[in-house]
Amino acid sequence: MLDKLSEIEKTALESLAHVRDETSLESWRVAHLGRSSPLMTWFSDLGDLSKDERPSAGQAANRVKSSLESAMQQRQIEIKSAVLARSLEEEKLDVTLPGRSIQRGRLHPSTQQLRRVLSILADMGFQVYLSPEVETDEMNFQLLNFPPHHPAREMQDSLYLEAAGRGENPILLRTHTSPGQIRAMREFAATNPTQPPPIRIALPGMCFRHEQITARTEIQFNQVEGLVVGEHITFADLKGTLTDFAHRMFGQQARTRFRASYFPFTEPSAEMDMECFVCGGKGCPVCKQSGWLEILGCGMVHPLVLQNGGYDPRRYTGYAWGMGPERQLMLRYKIEDIRYFWGNDVRFLEQF
Amino acid sequence: MKLPIGWLKDFIKIDGLSVEDIARMLTLAGLEVEEIIYAGLPLPKSKVAATDSESKHEFKTSGIGWDKDKIVVGEIYSVDPHPNADRLVLCDLFDGIQQHVVLTGAPNLFEYKGRGKLAKSIKVAYAREAATLYDGHAQGRQLMTLRRTKIRGVESYSMACSEKELGISDEHEGIILLDADAPVGTPLADYMGDAVLDIAILPNMARCASVLGVARELAALTGRKLIQPRIQLKTSGSPVKESVTIKVNEPELNPRFVLGFIRDVEIKPSPYQVQRRLKLAGMRPINCIVDASNYAMLELGQPLHAFDYDVLTDRAGRSVQIKISTRRARAGEQLTTLDGVSRKFNESHVLVCDSKGPLSIAGIMGGAVSEVYDASNKNLDVVNPEDTQMHTEDNQQVIDPKSRQGKASQRIRSTSNVLLEGAAWNFINIRRTAKEHNLPSEASFRFSRGVHPAMAEVGVRRGLQLMAEWSGGKVAPGLVDEYPLKPKNPTVQVSPTDVKRLLGIDLKVGEIARLLSRLEFKCVLTKSAVRVTAPDHRMDIGEGLVGLADVLEEVARVYGYDRIPETRMADKLPPQIGNPIFEWEEHLRDILVAVGFQEVVGYRLTSIERERRVLSPGSRQDPDYAVIANPTTPERSVLRRSLTASVLEALEKNINFRETISLFEIGPIFEPVKNKPPVERSMLAMVLSGRREHTSWDVKDLPWLDFFDLKGRIELILSALRFTPISYADIDTAGFLHPGKSAEVKVGGKTVAVFGEVHPLVKAAYDLSEAPVMAAEFDLQALRSIPSVYGIEPVPDFPAIYEDIALILDESIPASTVESLILEGGGGSVTHARLFDVYQGEQIGLGKKSLAYSLTYQAADRTLTDAEAADIRNAIVKKLEQAVGARLRS
Ligand SMILES: [Zn+2]
Repeated sequence: MLDKLSEIEKTALESLAHVRDETSLESWRVAHLGRSSPLMTWFSDLGDLSKDERPSAGQAANRVKSSLESAMQQRQIEIKSAVLARSLEEEKLDVTLPGRSIQRGRLHPSTQQLRRVLSILADMGFQVYLSPEVETDEMNFQLLNFPPHHPAREMQDSLYLEAAGRGENPILLRTHTSPGQIRAMREFAATNPTQPPPIRIALPGMCFRHEQITARTEIQFNQVEGLVVGEHITFADLKGTLTDFAHRMFGQQARTRFRASYFPFTEPSAEMDMECFVCGGKGCPVCKQSGWLEILGCGMVHPLVLQNGGYDPRRYTGYAWGMGPERQLMLRYKIEDIRYFWGNDVRFLEQF
Repeated sequence: MKLPIGWLKDFIKIDGLSVEDIARMLTLAGLEVEEIIYAGLPLPKSKVAATDSESKHEFKTSGIGWDKDKIVVGEIYSVDPHPNADRLVLCDLFDGIQQHVVLTGAPNLFEYKGRGKLAKSIKVAYAREAATLYDGHAQGRQLMTLRRTKIRGVESYSMACSEKELGISDEHEGIILLDADAPVGTPLADYMGDAVLDIAILPNMARCASVLGVARELAALTGRKLIQPRIQLKTSGSPVKESVTIKVNEPELNPRFVLGFIRDVEIKPSPYQVQRRLKLAGMRPINCIVDASNYAMLELGQPLHAFDYDVLTDRAGRSVQIKISTRRARAGEQLTTLDGVSRKFNESHVLVCDSKGPLSIAGIMGGAVSEVYDASNKNLDVVNPEDTQMHTEDNQQVIDPKSRQGKASQRIRSTSNVLLEGAAWNFINIRRTAKEHNLPSEASFRFSRGVHPAMAEVGVRRGLQLMAEWSGGKVAPGLVDEYPLKPKNPTVQVSPTDVKRLLGIDLKVGEIARLLSRLEFKCVLTKSAVRVTAPDHRMDIGEGLVGLADVLEEVARVYGYDRIPETRMADKLPPQIGNPIFEWEEHLRDILVAVGFQEVVGYRLTSIERERRVLSPGSRQDPDYAVIANPTTPERSVLRRSLTASVLEALEKNINFRETISLFEIGPIFEPVKNKPPVERSMLAMVLSGRREHTSWDVKDLPWLDFFDLKGRIELILSALRFTPISYADIDTAGFLHPGKSAEVKVGGKTVAVFGEVHPLVKAAYDLSEAPVMAAEFDLQALRSIPSVYGIEPVPDFPAIYEDIALILDESIPASTVESLILEGGGGSVTHARLFDVYQGEQIGLGKKSLAYSLTYQAADRTLTDAEAADIRNAIVKKLEQAVGARLRS
């Protein structure tokens, strides 16, 4: 009797070994665990056995049944994973086909650079001050200590507007954001004329020069100026602040140097150079072989400018500086044609 | 300014300092060295070994060093013909060690050919075999090494050098003929090796536009002693004052006028060393008289002008005493200047005149008639010092000597008696005059930046000294010196407190005085301050507070900017007011970028023609503009009035590069105000054109972006700005937009923008593709004035019921009306109504349309039942039926 049972089990397991897919597995189930399978027949034949034999025979049959069932389950898992493996194999993409793009928006590189600059300055307590792009000669030059016909004016050739009857005070496109210094000082001073508050502002904006539009020269460019006025502001503070700024802007390892220069609206005036980040100071075409890059012009606010702004130069001192975001970008990205900036070619703009 | 180091050594000992050390110190002190050009002195090691990657370069460097072993002073005893070539000669040369036969084709040796042993040997720059030189025949400057060769059967291994070969100038016509006292056999580098610093002179450093000026700076910076020029004149004959008088009519314009007189000069070339220095400094040697005035100017900074005395006596009717005067020109007065140009003047110009009329334009250029004349030079009239043109960045004009051939001077005799002028002029007047007549020169460069009147006398004396030395002339005793307006050198009081307050450093009274006296300020010490008086060569020091700032700058410069510490500000923080307008605009930029727009920045300057395409397509009704009086190009001649024109130009430029383009610009437009600055209005302009999505290898034939694509983006932007309620309406005057496909945007009833498809005429005016173009224009001042609405809708806790309904109604009824009726009819239970289909067709009848909505029913406090939902729907349908005659589509 029991021999027959182990024969049934053996035959079923041998047959299961040949099963390769879900369909044949189902056939196998019908054949070996189905109602008319030998095993089930065997169960139904149990009744023919004696009362003593029945429990042990029943137990044996149940063992075979669960053995076959678990073998089937095992087989089912194997078949499923084989099927999955086959389909994973078959569903391989050409991953080198191009991805589908969406429209991405970007800020103009000058805006991006302006933001970098202004966010560092904001950390240092400088608030943004905006002023008009078209100014009078008085605001753009005279109040900043550029008298009419002064040689320093040649450094800043201007674009004038047609306007009659204005004598020595024509209208021009501002050549720098510095008229904003006068406007800001006057605005601040007006809040408390006897004791004007301290000032710490950044003046960003578009400026203009009478230039041909070439790879090297442009008629418009952005500038960011900084202005600090207070009762205890020194040239040493100027050096410290601008060196801090350079470290934030160009990295903590950036080396700076200050050399004497001339601007009518500051005195002493200086030029801040930074060790060339292209060649590390060894000399290259970007730094014109000098190892240094001119980053900004700066100086202590000229006493006449303070006075014109409503700040008593005997009591207040201050410093100011100016720099060009486009120039910084040109240095950083080795851009050799300044016309890219207002050319608005997306093939340029999308690289930022 | 080009400054030869060799010349600098006349005024300061530079032992122990390299050329680069000097250049660095000057650069840091405000005399920026833009380039170092070596002409004999050894180049710094790092420049020689270009492979040494560790070497630190500091300056743009060019030029050549002369090998001391291979390039020496040689001496030629005879010049013999070449056996096989007429145009070559063989020189018998001694180089201090041995005799050589040197082959050359230099034309300036031909006159000695075949004369046998020369009575006076000729000193030359001799290069031995294997010397490295510039190739004299090559274009530009190319190095070559001398090698043994045979030229027409004669062996050659060395040469007598031209200036080009040694890097002194570009001249290769003849070889250098050194002065007779050149020491034979001495390395040429030791005898005349040099290096030239090309220095940018800033407007406040005009006093340094001279060798002495730079030497004085260097002396101050190094603490070395300045070797002051000592001018002692040997005089003879009758004093100057018997030959000439001066009258100054406008002391404000001409504070001082000095004349010296030298008799019996011989017009001949200057010594070679003088010529070399002039060339290195960028000036052309002419003859010893002209060279002397140029040399004195380069050395001391005082321009001089030489007159032919005999011409003036002729003009004065052989009168012994010449009457010189300076005055404003009379309107229409004329003078032919020595460049051969007849020039007309007005009353703003100042002239130097004699009794007969104008002789020169004060401080700028002399007249042809009285210039120093060299009768032996047939082709080239002598050039006066004031007219020798210089190359600087701001002036390009150079007088071509050839163009001056055969001009005005009809004189037979060379100049033999010279009146030498040294004057002081008003720098602003000189600047204007030089600009008006387009006459930039070495003289006007200096005068237009200010030369101290004290220098006039020193300059004339130095000029006379050099003329006497080089021309053999005899200096007349004394000077005629008219000095009607003596400047008072300003005196300023500086205290340690001032220094601390402005510079942040602690200096004692004595230290301040020491620093300033190095620059020749006269210092008087008191207990708490120094009283300093500016020296006689400075025009840049002011009075009072300005003077104090001027002096403190000098303290800082001489002390050294690099020694001033770097500190963090200890001052109190200003009031924190931020900049809401700026911050708002930046926020708007971020929103635009987030909805996929690329920012562009166009020119503020444009042309009326460019903008006409947007502002008045097909007509010429242009608005008024703020017009540039001096445009650099007609393309950029007015301030823009349309920001849309700017973004459309950007679209036009990129139309072929991308299939979808969405651009925006934020910036001002300018509304003109007569004779006043224009009003600047901040605008936002957007354009959108191309495919709705990017095509890819399996997604093709996508639809064009249209009105509703732009509208969808505008909705996103306005919701990001938290604006509500927003409405859209037709516009009456569409302007640059298609009248049927455009709308205005209102927030709370206030119009903030117009947008839509651009008008076909506008589109046709640009070079665009078939894709329709959408554009929007926002007035940012209007937009900014709208308050954002803060607060949120709570996220519902209970499930919603979704239902779709389709309505048939008259096609004239706007969708927005239907939507508001749905929301109204739903009485607060409809939280969302999304239009998902619009249909028109025969099925529903002519003049009708079907709008299908997906509705969301929701209660905040419970789950709605199906029965409640049915009630809501019925209420909506009823409302729509009553209000616009809509019926449910079954
Ligand atoms: Zn570099």
